[in-house]
Amino acid sequence: MIDVLAQVQIRERTGKGCVAENGFCPDWIADNLHKYWSPLLEHVWLTVISVAIGLVIAFVLALICHRQRWLTGVVGGFTGALYTVPSVAAFLLLLPVTGRGNNTAIIALTAYTLQILFVNIMGGLRNVPADAVDAARGMGMTDNQILRRVELPLALPEILAGLRIAFTTTVGLATLAFFAGAGGLGENIYSSAAGTGGRFFKSNVVVAGGLAILLAATFDLIVLTFQRFALPWRRAAAR
Amino acid sequence: MSLAMILAQAGGGDEGPGCPPAPNDYGTFHDAFDFIVHKRESVSGGICIGGPGELWDLTQTHLAVSFVAIAAAILISVPIGLWLGHIGKGEFFAVSVSNVGRAVPSLALLAFFVAFLGLGFVNIAVVLMLLAIPPLLTNTYVGVRQVDPETVDAARGIGMTESQIVRKVEMPLALPTMFGGLRLSAVSVVATATIAPLGNVNTLGLPIITPQNYGLAGEIGAAIVVALITLAVGLAISAVERAVTPKGLKVAERRTTSRRFSLPTLRRMET
Repeated sequence: MIDVLAQVQIRERTGKGCVAENGFCPDWIADNLHKYWSPLLEHVWLTVISVAIGLVIAFVLALICHRQRWLTGVVGGFTGALYTVPSVAAFLLLLPVTGRGNNTAIIALTAYTLQILFVNIMGGLRNVPADAVDAARGMGMTDNQILRRVELPLALPEILAGLRIAFTTTVGLATLAFFAGAGGLGENIYSSAAGTGGRFFKSNVVVAGGLAILLAATFDLIVLTFQRFALPWRRAAAR
Repeated sequence: MSLAMILAQAGGGDEGPGCPPAPNDYGTFHDAFDFIVHKRESVSGGICIGGPGELWDLTQTHLAVSFVAIAAAILISVPIGLWLGHIGKGEFFAVSVSNVGRAVPSLALLAFFVAFLGLGFVNIAVVLMLLAIPPLLTNTYVGVRQVDPETVDAARGIGMTESQIVRKVEMPLALPTMFGGLRLSAVSVVATATIAPLGNVNTLGLPIITPQNYGLAGEIGAAIVVALITLAVGLAISAVERAVTPKGLKVAERRTTSRRFSLPTLRRMET
């Protein structure tokens, strides 16, 4: 009994010393891991909802530009300009308009996905072999049928590649979403600097940063897996 | 007279000339613009903040740390990209660098460096350089790989040495793609330099990181300046890109504008 108590005390003392000295503390991490759960979920939510809205908007824009080619430059220039605005600035500039909170973060993050997704959807549609479209038209398909049955399936690899980039980029940008008053893993990283008088707490940085990287890798893997099942003909061709 | 006003007056007496209290009857954006053009007393009192003088100082630091980072990134990634592209090896490396680079959040990278290696200009410049390398390296590699092999063969056939081929054939033909990477890098570096004050480098992010001194007007005012500078940097690089693109390429480039967003990489990745 006494031994156990002594061990606990020693453990506490070393733990505190480690934290006070701002070391890398496995004990502290084990004790505090549950604190990262809700920021992680917030991060997932911000990323998924922003990429989903961005995909819908980019898809509609790309379909319009696919029919009206002259619009491509206009829309591309617009999404490109949005993409250039620094994320921190975008979060802050939206504050007076949309208030603090998730909405502001989601609007800004969605704006960033547009350029990536629009460019890749347009690129995918443009790279469809003209022969395939001609053959489909020769078979008597209408424009809509060609789009759904020929062009979109052939453009899918590039669209999914864009989706992967959009996911990883958005996970990264969402670490700055706390500037807009939305949570996420970035708040953990940032607030640890505030708590230690300008110094980042190493254990916290490693866990929060590591979770963000893992999250990006997970999204990447999910889209890759989906791609394997969505494009069976590519697997056949590879064999 | 309220206590706050007395304190404000006392503070005003200490710090010397030309520093009126912050206006309190302006709308948010009006207040932010006022912060950019006039200096004022800080939220916590006692010191002068804002105005063209301070913002110019912050801008200089911002551009200095960005420039050092981008220059170092060019010196490291362009030779490696050209070499790997020329010998046609290391595709997995070049593409992985860009994938990994995208997956690491800039805030996490900066926090990691500051926590483990400390504060200061050099460390922040290294962080920004690490952010700038992936797009540059990948786009340089892809740009060289896109050069028509027959063009390279022809160059070899007329007796060019390998280094001449790289310098006189592959690099000029890869320039538009390389500049696409440079623009991505530069824009993200200038944008990320905003959080450099976390590492004690006082860039334009200072008012954003310390709202207890600068208030919402300072945060939004600085955000406006950062956004304008980033747009200017992007436009400047596009202008240089047009100036240095070989004439022969300009005709072909018009058809494939999307190439500048390193599309070829993206397609290549999943094959």
